[in-house]
Order: sequence, then structure tokens, then C-alpha cells
Amino acid sequence: MTSQSLVYLVALPLFGSALLLLGGKRTNRWGHLFATAISASAFGVGLYQFSVMLGQPDSQRALTQKLFSWISVGTFQVDAGLMVDQLSICFVLLITGVGTLIHIYSIAYMSHDLDRRRFFAYLNFFIAAMLLLVLGDSYLNLYVGWEGVGLASYLLIGFWNQKPTYATAAKKAFVANRVGDMGLSLAIMIAFATLGTVSFAGVKEHAGQASTGALTAIGIMLLVAATGKSAQFPLQAWLGDAMAGPTPVSALIHAATMVTAGVYLITRSNFIFDAAPTAQLAVAIIGAITLLFGAVIGMAKDDIKKALAASTMSQIGYMVLGAGLGPAGYAFAIMHLLTHGFFKAGMFLGAGSVMHGMNDEVNMRRFGGLRKFMPITFATFGLGYLAIIGVPPFAGFYSKDKIIEVAFNAGGIKGITLGAAALLGAAITAFYMTRVVILTFAGNKRWDEKAHPHESPILMWAPMVLLAVGSVASGFLFTRGDALRNWLAPVVEPMPVHEAELMSPAVVSILALALVVVGVGLAIIKYFLSEVPVVAPTDVTVFTRAARRDLMQDDFNEAVFMRPGQAITRGLVKTDVAVIDGAVRAVARLARGSGNVLRTTQTGFVRSYAMWIFLGAVGLVAAIWMVTL
Amino acid sequence: MNAANYLYVSALLFTIGAIGVVVRRNAIVVFMCVELMLNASNLAFVTFARINGNLDGQVVAFFTMVVAACEVVVGLAIIVTIYRSRRSASVDDASLLKR
Amino acid sequence: MNWLTTLMALPLLGALVIAALPKSMSNKVKPVALATTLVVAGATIAMAVGFQRDNVDMQFVEVHSWIPSFGISYALGVDAIALVLILLSVLLAPIVVLAGWNEPNGGRWGVKTFYVLMLVLETMMIGVFAATDVFLFYVFFEAMLIPVYFLIGGYGTGERAAAAVKFLLYSLFGGLLMLVSIIALYVLSGEQGGHTFDTFALSHLKMSSMTENLLFLGFFIAFAIKAPVWPFHTWLPDAAAAATPGTSVLLLGVLDKVGTFGMIRYCLTLFPNATKTFTPVILTLAVISIIYGAFLAIGQKDIKRLIAFTSISHFGFITMGIFAMTSQGHSGATLYMFNHGFSTAALFLVAGWMISRRGSSKIADFGGLQRVTPVMAWTFFIAGMSSLALPGLSSFVSEFLVLVGTYTRYPVAAVIGTFGIVLAALYILIPVQKALHGPVTAGNEALTDLNLREKIAIAPVLAVIVALGFYPSPLLNVINPGAAHTIANAGFTDPLPQINGEVGK
Repeated sequence: MTSQSLVYLVALPLFGSALLLLGGKRTNRWGHLFATAISASAFGVGLYQFSVMLGQPDSQRALTQKLFSWISVGTFQVDAGLMVDQLSICFVLLITGVGTLIHIYSIAYMSHDLDRRRFFAYLNFFIAAMLLLVLGDSYLNLYVGWEGVGLASYLLIGFWNQKPTYATAAKKAFVANRVGDMGLSLAIMIAFATLGTVSFAGVKEHAGQASTGALTAIGIMLLVAATGKSAQFPLQAWLGDAMAGPTPVSALIHAATMVTAGVYLITRSNFIFDAAPTAQLAVAIIGAITLLFGAVIGMAKDDIKKALAASTMSQIGYMVLGAGLGPAGYAFAIMHLLTHGFFKAGMFLGAGSVMHGMNDEVNMRRFGGLRKFMPITFATFGLGYLAIIGVPPFAGFYSKDKIIEVAFNAGGIKGITLGAAALLGAAITAFYMTRVVILTFAGNKRWDEKAHPHESPILMWAPMVLLAVGSVASGFLFTRGDALRNWLAPVVEPMPVHEAELMSPAVVSILALALVVVGVGLAIIKYFLSEVPVVAPTDVTVFTRAARRDLMQDDFNEAVFMRPGQAITRGLVKTDVAVIDGAVRAVARLARGSGNVLRTTQTGFVRSYAMWIFLGAVGLVAAIWMVTL
Repeated sequence: MNAANYLYVSALLFTIGAIGVVVRRNAIVVFMCVELMLNASNLAFVTFARINGNLDGQVVAFFTMVVAACEVVVGLAIIVTIYRSRRSASVDDASLLKR
Repeated sequence: MNWLTTLMALPLLGALVIAALPKSMSNKVKPVALATTLVVAGATIAMAVGFQRDNVDMQFVEVHSWIPSFGISYALGVDAIALVLILLSVLLAPIVVLAGWNEPNGGRWGVKTFYVLMLVLETMMIGVFAATDVFLFYVFFEAMLIPVYFLIGGYGTGERAAAAVKFLLYSLFGGLLMLVSIIALYVLSGEQGGHTFDTFALSHLKMSSMTENLLFLGFFIAFAIKAPVWPFHTWLPDAAAAATPGTSVLLLGVLDKVGTFGMIRYCLTLFPNATKTFTPVILTLAVISIIYGAFLAIGQKDIKRLIAFTSISHFGFITMGIFAMTSQGHSGATLYMFNHGFSTAALFLVAGWMISRRGSSKIADFGGLQRVTPVMAWTFFIAGMSSLALPGLSSFVSEFLVLVGTYTRYPVAAVIGTFGIVLAALYILIPVQKALHGPVTAGNEALTDLNLREKIAIAPVLAVIVALGFYPSPLLNVINPGAAHTIANAGFTDPLPQINGEVGK
């Protein structure tokens, strides 16, 4: 069986990245083409691997490739090994496929940037790290990719780091991710201490023998990791600022692939979560909170990229919710992840195309009426829009409604609460996405005379068209004969369908559609039928103000972590100098002080020395005499 | 004759020498007083040798003389050098070792 | 062939050649020094090839009677840990010489003296790791201070004299406590059948637990000062900030490892019971070091002091790994010593180049270096990534091994230690942002990028960092048997996974 091609998936883009970084200016002329070719060839390898898997029976599709023994100490044995199965191949195709489209898009988008080669080197590095993340055959290998994508994200958010706020955004993303990474390392440590292994296969095999407490601990730590990487509550604050990166980066890393790594991690660890119901419930709750949290922020943002980022956060909330619903939800979480990868990447590229035509303006209040000037962008963005709000038969309809349905059917109060949250989220999504589309493409023009909106070149709109096709067709294809569910079945072991369901698919769809219509209608009334002010109104409710401030997430972090942290740092620096080093210096001062006192006896006069010697001798003799008396 | 009388003389000489060392400023005089103290102790050594009837004290006296001779050589040389450099033989002027 | 003696003699020979060079050939001083260190490195690698991995006894043993009346002998030998540390020392030496080509200029004494001191220091570094006689170890332990004292005091910057004195007195204080313990061991050995200073013989001494505890403390405090473990650390930032970058690399990269090496070789071997008694205290100190060093690093304004404090945090990890008493913790700690040497070398050398170009070591004085000097900025960034233990770079392997090894026995210590990785992100990314990112600030516009010599010096360091991150096996395979042996000797076995434990019951 040919599993030897797996290593090329990771090695090719890594090589591309290294060549462009080490090659320096010499590669400026062809670097972007080379990187794109590398990404495309990785996609080719992925497709080949997929075709090989298709030709195999269900149980033999998973393949592993051991490269060498990476870390081996005592019983701690970790191989540098790759593994592809039904779950990873979905990601491989998404990463390399969308990745290649975004490479192509960036050729045009970044054509005026002096550092275009460096940008493509980073993109290739990201592809390599992300592929390692989904192909690693153990938690530790995944961890390497996990931090690798974090680094790529840091480098790309801070790509224009000469601007201090961008550099700060990059740092913030890295640190928030590190908090999550801490969770992942702890999960690995607990797994090793409990199960004696950190490979997926090993953990899966032994998970049944472990105590629920240990599994819950691992699950919670994995959830912490997922919240960091996937911008879930409470580690979500970095994602909005991450929009500082070039727009193709936002599309690839902060919408389609990297931020969904948390969902991959949870789905991959299904054997842990299924055995630890508490942790699983925590996952679902975090997902539900985040999907509402992101949606609320999305309603108030005027920056088109930040509105889309809030939407990403919310949509990943749906995926995490789906993954937290256990065997019934994994497949739909992954399905939503894939469809979201298409429509959100497409919309981000659309946003980039708008910015490209509008002198990098991002404020939607200064757009308006752009559909006449950018018809292709409008069309592709519109298809993505229909997909995300869940209009049948577009992709989002299939994936999102299924998650809502599974949530309702999770049983009891839990099911009703989660389902209601998901349903409410759908309504809000419809509202804020309609708002984005109206503000940008419909209504009157509100831009400066200086702006000359124009359609983007073919290198930019072609990827958008392809992604739009995905947004239209993917949901339908995935659900045809439950294709994706059956494909993933060997990995996530879905439960048999419930007989008694609280809500049938039809009821959920009708409810969801009704709410979507309400959301869309409200947005039309507010933004299409009434005048949109160019400057954001300030006489708004406290809720709007809070949503504009990202629901106080930064204020909270600053008040609870940053400022106390800075105070601790300052305090410790002072303590170190004053107390610890102070004690050391006190000893030195003591020695010097006693020396100073004794020095006064050293007058330099020979005769006084002689006097002291004489008196000393007399004293000594007297003492001896007294003692012997 | 009582041997103890020699000891009294020795003690007297030593005291004169010691007072001289402490009181006088002129380096030569201080130096001579040191010699006086050495010789006082020599006298005591010899006297004790006589009292105890062995030669130990006399041997030590010889050693003391050798030490005294060395001291004269080195000490006078230093005093002469100091006098040359600062035109004074006062020991109080040579207090440079204070710092 | 007397490998170890030869290794120690070679740098001395080089030092003699340099000392004998006439004034007319003063331009040959640096090449001779570089050639000497390269020859030593080559010879050490040749020796290491002959090292038998699975043999846990001392190898390349040489024993000659030195002061027979006190039972002192000139006894050398290496086990896996000593071999790794000697390799680290001799590999860093030529890099330091090449990287700090212009360091001795502007010193209190001449260029010749600088390199003579460097080479003498190299001999001492090999000796301190190779000595198997406790007295001989002590001699090297103390004698090593002398060249470092002159290197800091004579060639450093700022408050160099004060820093040198502080370093010397602090180390001397610890050394004297150790001397008391060594003499006590000697007396005890005399009572139990023959005076000796041989480490192996001393490890079989019987003593009351009170005595053992006191003697253990004598050794441990000396090593804790050297390592340095909180709260004995305050000499390090001063010394590192005052010393030339090359000296700082040797100071942090090699000399401080004598402390952690000593903990393994002497504390654990000679006093296994006291080790058990004090483990909770030491683990606490180690965890405090990790967190405290990281916080202090975040709060520093001077780039050299910042690096010094990151090292205090890293030494906390090493100490934690040693006293966790698991094979993962132990192998991880030893690997950490090696990796930390290279990672600190990279950070300090690049920081040194930045400082010498800018004429200031304040982080706030830099800005936008990525635009002006891209290669220098990149090397600094990679060095920083290695310091925060990014997976794929060498420090990650060792740090993770330490954490996982500690977790299996002392979960709470490991969990608190894990917070260090978040703080590490802050203490690296803050200076990276301030110095490399943002607009180019005044005074930085005309900085020059790394020249060829500097690139050649830093390239092998970065290569080692990356290579060992992906493929640590060559070193781990050497370390593992030795580490397992130390653990077993101290009477510990790795904790079993929980599931096996329950099945076993």
C-alpha cells in the first residue's frame, strides 16, 4: 500500500518556504509562482491520496507512515509519523485546495508589495505546518503543527509589522494561542501519565481503561487548546485584531483552515470526549456561548473584515457545538467546517477585492452601491452570503440546520437550550450578514471622490468564483446519500439515528428559515430602507456600544490579566532589586562597614602602633598573671 | 651577688626603650630605643641562663643579636631613604600607609 | 591514549603559543586561538565517536596519584552527561571566538591576555566535567572563577569591576560551603577504611541522616548558586550584563551547567537519601525559578539582563527535571543543558552584535530592525523562538521531556511549570516587537547587517538548534542509558501509567 507519499505533503511546502526564505532577493522574481506551484502540487498529492483511499474498503483507508523515532526516553516513545484517514484527508484537500486558490489570489493582491516573496514563503510554511497538524499520528506531532500554524499566523498577522498596532495584534494572537497550547501540553502530559502513550491509536486503544476523571481532565485541557486556536470563548479576543494581516491571510488562516483546528482536535479526540460526558458538555456549552458572542459582535462592526471575523468566530462556535454533541454531531461539525471553508474564504476574498478597488478602505459605512462597479465580486460574495445564512439549497443550509437539529435532539433541557441558542444564532447571522451585503453592495454610494472602485483582475476573481461554486454545491454533495457521514463513520463511529426525535429535520428547517427571514427583514428595514450615516451614530444603546467594543473582551482581559500581570512584573522587579539583591548587598555593606570601623585604628603613626603593641603585651601578661593567680 | 638585680636592670632598660619608642619622634632615636629593648631582653636571657645553669638563654641571646644586626642593616637603610626623600627623620611624617 | 588529558592540554598549549607570539605577529593571535579551539573541538568529536553508549561506567578513565598522603588523585573519566557537556563546551568555544572577533579591543589589558584567559578557561571547563576525584573537581570548580573574573572585570562594559567581584565572591562562598562538605566526606572515608576523594568510593559511605543532610546542603547550595536557582540568582544578571557577549555565552551556556551537572553527579550520587528528603523543597525552588525568572525577564529594559533572566527560568526547568527523578525528566534535563547552551549562545551573540552596532543595550533604543538589518533580525527571531521552546526547535524536545517527566511524579509542579511557556511567549515577543518591529526609530537607520564572519559564526548554532529539534536521537541515545542509570542508582523507578497501575492491583 502506498503511504510513502504522505511525507511529501509536508515536505514540499516546507521546502518551498525554506527555499524562498534562504534564497533571499534572488528568488524575488519567481518566488510567488514557485510557491503557488508547490501548493498546487501538494494539492495534487492530496488528490492522489484521496483517490487511493477511494479505491479501498472502509476499514483499510487509514494509512500511517513512520519516518523515524523522534523522541524516545524510557516508556515515552514518539515517532515522527504521519497518518491519513477519512478525517485528515478532508482537511488535506481543504487546506491545499483553498490554500492554492489563495496563493493564486495573492499573486495579484500582493503584486505591489515589496515583500511579496516573503509573504509567499510564510504561506507555504503555513501550509506545511497545517498539514503536519492534521497528518500527525500522535498528539505530540499534532502539537508541532499546532504551534507551527501559530507561528505562521503570528508572522502573517504581523506581515506589515512596521505599523505598531499590527505588531501588537500579532503578539496578542501568539500569546492567546500559547495559553491554548498550554492546555494541549497539559493534555498530552495527562494522557502520558494516565495511558502511557500519546499516539492517537494508543490513546484510542487504552482510553476505555482509564478513569473518567482522567479522561475529563484530558478533555477539558484539549478544549482549552481548542478555544485558543479556534478563537472560542474565553480566548476569542485575538481574532478580531488578527485582521491586521493581509486579507488573503484572513481568508486562509483566520477563516478557512487554522482557526478550525480546534474542531479537528475535538473530533480527532472523539474517543476521549465520548467517554467523558462532562468535558463533552463543556465543549457544547463553549460552542453555544461563542456562536452567540460572535454573532452579537458581528452586528455592530463597521469594519468589513472585523464583521467577517466575528462571523467566523460565531460559525466556529457552531462547529464546536456540533463536535460537543458527540457521535451525532461530529460529521456535521466537519461538514459545516468544510462548507464554511468555502463560503467564508470566498467572502473574505470578496472583501479583499472590495478593499483592493477602494484604496484599502475597510469601513462599510464608506462603501455602498458597489454592485455596479464590482459585479463578479458582488455575485460571488452574494452566493457566499446565501450559503452562510442557510438558504436552501446552498451549502450552509445543509450543514448548519443539521447542527441545530442535532442540538435540539440532544435531549432534555440541555438539548432545548443548545438548540435555542443555535437557532437564535441563525437569526442574528442572517441579520448581520444582510447588513454587510447591503452596506457594501447596495444602497447609495458613500465613498470619497478619490476612490475609483473597479473590478479586480482575473487572478483575483477566478479563485472567488471557484469558492462560490463550492459554497453553492458542497452542502448538497456532502449530504447526498449521507456521503460525508458515511465517509467519516470509521473515524467517529456515529450513533444509530434516534427513533424518537424532539424535532424532525423539516420542523427545524422551517423554524430556521422563518428566523432567517426575520433577520434579513430587520436588516433590510434598518439599512436598505433608511439612510445609512457615513459616520457611525454615537447615540446608541449600551448594548450596541458593548458590541462595538467586542463585548468588553479586551477590557476584561486587560483588567483581569494584563494590568495585574504588569503590576506583578513591576513588583517583582522591584523586589528582586530591593529584597533579594538587597540582602546580598547588605552582606557586602556589613563587611565594608566593619572594615571602616576597624580602619580608624590604623592611624599610620608608627608610634601609636608601638603603643598598641606595648599595651597589648602588657594586657596579655596581665591576663596570664591574673589567670594563674 | 643576687642575679635578680640583673633582671631589674633589664626591666629598667626595657621600659626606657619602650617609652622612648612611644614618645620620641626622631626615627634614629626610636631605632636606638628598639635596640635598647632588644639588649634589655638579651640581658634577661643571659641572666636566666645563669640562674638556670644552662646555655639556652645564651643561645637565644646570640639569635637576638643576629636579628638586631639585620634590623640595623634594613632599618637604617629605610630611615636613610626616607630622610633623603622627605628631608625629615620624623616617624610621624611617614604616615602614608594609612590609606 | 589519554584522551581527556590531551583535550585539556591542547588549549593550554594554544595559550602558551599565544603568550609566546612576538609583538610583530600580534595579528596572528586571533587565528591561533580560533585554530586551537577548532582542534580541540575536532579532537573531542573524535573521542566521542569512541564512546560506548550502553556502557554506564566511566569511560576514557585516567588515574594518577597526585597527593598520595591525602588520597588525592588526578582521576578523569566521562559518563554520558559529562560527555555531552564537554561537547557543548568545546563546540561553543570556537563559535565564541569567531563571533566575538572584536570583543577584546577596548579591554583593560591586551588582546593576547584575552585569548590566553579564554583558552585557560576552556581547559578548566573540560576538567571540571571530566574530574572523577572530588578534590580535583573542587580545584577546577574554583580555579575556573579566576579567568572568568578577569574576562568580566577586564573586558566587560559598564560596572564590570563590581560585577566581576560580585560573581567571584558569590561563587567563592558557595565553593567554600562545598569544601567543608568535601573535607567532611574525606574524614568520614578515613573512618570507614581509608582516606579517599574518589567519587565512586565516596558514594558508598554510610552516614547518619543528619550528617547526610548537612553535607548535601553544602554541595547543593554551591551548585544552586552556580546554576543559579532562585533565590541565589542575583549575581547572574549583573555578570551577564557586564561581560562581553562571548564571555556571557560561556558563563550562561557552560559554567552555569556545572551547577546542574554537579547536582546530578554529586548531590544525587553521594547523598541519595538526603536527595529524597530535600526534593520537595528543591522542586519548589525550581518552580519559583521558572515563574520568577520569566516575570523578571518580562520586566527588564536591558536586553542582556533580559536574556540572563530567561536563563534563570530555563535553569528552573533543568533543576525540576533533575529532581523529578524520572527517566524522561532526567534525559530531558541533560538534553536541556545542551540545547540551552546553543539557544542562549544564539540569543546572546546576536544581541551582542545588535548592541555593539547601536551602542546601547536598552531595548527601547532599538526599533524596526527587520527593515534595516533583516538577517540580524531573523537570527534574533529564530534564537528567540528557540528560547520560548517552539516545537521543531531543539529546546522544545528537552522542555517537553522535562515537563512530561515531572508530571508523572509531581503533577502540580509540572502544571505550574507549564505556565512558564505562556510567560516565555511574552518575554521573547515583547523585545522582538520593540526591537525588530514597528517603524525604524532614530539612531537605527544606518545599522549594518551581519557580515560574513558573523554569519559563519551563527550558522552552525542555528543549524544545531533546528537539526536537534527534528532529530534529537543522536544525543538522546547517548544520554538515555546514563540518565536511567542515575535514576536507578538513586533508588527510583519510573511511575507506571495509571491504567497499568490499576490493572496491576
